[in-house]
Amino acid sequence: MRFIETFFNTKVMADYMPDLIHAMGVTLGLAVATIITGILCGAALACLRVAGLKLVNFCIIVFADIMRALPPLVLILILFFGMPSLGLNISGWMVVYIVLSLVLTAFSEEIFWGGLTAIPAGQWEAGRATGLSKAQTLFYIAFPQAARRGIPPLVNRVLATTKLTALGSVIGVKEILSVSSSAQSFSGSATPLTMAAIAYLIIFIPAVIASHKIERRYHFAT
Amino acid sequence: MTQPRTMLEISGLEKSFGDIEVLKSIDLKVQEGELVFVIGPSGSGKSTMLRCCNRLEEPTSGAIFIEGERITDIPRRDLDRMRLKVGMVFQGFHLYPHMSVLKNVMLAQIKALKRAKPEAEARALEMLDQVGLKHKADAMPAELSGGQQQRVAIARALALDPGVMLFDEPTSALDPELVGSVLKVMKDLRDKGMTMLVVSHEMQFAREAADRVIFMDGGYVVEQGTPEEIFGNPKSDRLKTFLSRVSHEDAGAEAD
Ligand SMILES: Nc1ncnc2c1ncn2[C@@H]1O[C@H](COP(=O)(O)OP(=O)(O)OP(=O)(O)O)[C@@H](O)[C@H]1O
Ligand SMILES: [Mg+2]
Repeated sequence: MRFIETFFNTKVMADYMPDLIHAMGVTLGLAVATIITGILCGAALACLRVAGLKLVNFCIIVFADIMRALPPLVLILILFFGMPSLGLNISGWMVVYIVLSLVLTAFSEEIFWGGLTAIPAGQWEAGRATGLSKAQTLFYIAFPQAARRGIPPLVNRVLATTKLTALGSVIGVKEILSVSSSAQSFSGSATPLTMAAIAYLIIFIPAVIASHKIERRYHFAT
Repeated sequence: MTQPRTMLEISGLEKSFGDIEVLKSIDLKVQEGELVFVIGPSGSGKSTMLRCCNRLEEPTSGAIFIEGERITDIPRRDLDRMRLKVGMVFQGFHLYPHMSVLKNVMLAQIKALKRAKPEAEARALEMLDQVGLKHKADAMPAELSGGQQQRVAIARALALDPGVMLFDEPTSALDPELVGSVLKVMKDLRDKGMTMLVVSHEMQFAREAADRVIFMDGGYVVEQGTPEEIFGNPKSDRLKTFLSRVSHEDAGAEAD
């Protein structure tokens, strides 16, 4: 009974449910925006790298290495506390969105690029020999195969990055974790945290199931 | 009588990779409807010569003409248009594994030749029919045998209506029992009047189907002639050595 009282207090649940549902929306919105931006930008950078421009490629590599090496929280704090002193006021939501998008861009660029380098030269030659331009060969032949190869690591990275939306709690973004931990301190009950865990599961379990589907759908024998 | 048209002409072609001279001076003409066979030891530059003909390799010097057009002068950005006139079939097939057979044959028709989709599909099905694989149109490449994949690759090249077809060891990667189906397609093509330049070790096929055989060694065309001349009455020592070595290999392979 004590256990239920602590973690599943119905009164507390009812009190904080509306706030939490709103917070789920924030987390979900942040996650979706991050995924779309990160994957699109990562794909664009990987394709840009195919052009073989030395300086551009050097910059991409440096960017990807830095973004993958730094803890995202450090970037979030730098941006959140540093930007206002430069006269740029950006919201906490925006800071988390930008940082997580950059991180996902870096990782997905590396995943797509790894996939592109694994495409046999014969695929390029077959495309070029049939009169397709380099860009067309990239777009219709090389990239789709690279993307399929990249799906398993990409899915893992997407899940890992979107879970980092919880870092928003550090700078007051009203996402699931921050809403429920402040509810916890107001109510003195651990129940809001239980609710947070359930909320995360409600969002991420379907995401994990969807990811299995995507992996199966795009699996093809080479 | 009209003179047969020269579809492919190679003149004084040289190609070096760094310091290594691979092609030292190649002269070769292929007339319309001819099937010209190229033989020669490994490393003699056969693939390199073929790949210069659609500029997958850049020649170091010399000239190549396709249907009278000097393709060695075309600026790089205009190469795609030229490549439509030259079909190429590779040893390793190189079908696109993420697309169905039909899509493989349609892609360049739509994106490079700018054909409308229904027309490209009709043409693709016609070509697949010609190589005996219309019923596999919806299959994925991985579901096909090597011989079937190679025939799809041939259909993919043919669908663009090339004037010349280049084959680089089209049967070398195939199990022996699958070689025949690909050779049959090539023979049908010849009967339809396609101009073909074929690098291959299928000597028996050369005897049956080739109009002319070119023997390359060390970056030169050492000898050329009809199959009877080349196989029946080789003149140079290098060709004699090569032929005796090949026939030994064949005998060895049959003994296995
Ligand atoms: N991209 C390249 N870079 C450097 N050397 C190359 C390159 N391509 C071919 N070569 C060299 O050129 C020579 C001729 O190669 P090529 O592939 O044309 O010979 P081949 O007659 O087709 O031989 P095979 O019967 O083995 O296919 C070889 O010595 C090869 O190592
Ligand atoms: Mg070769």
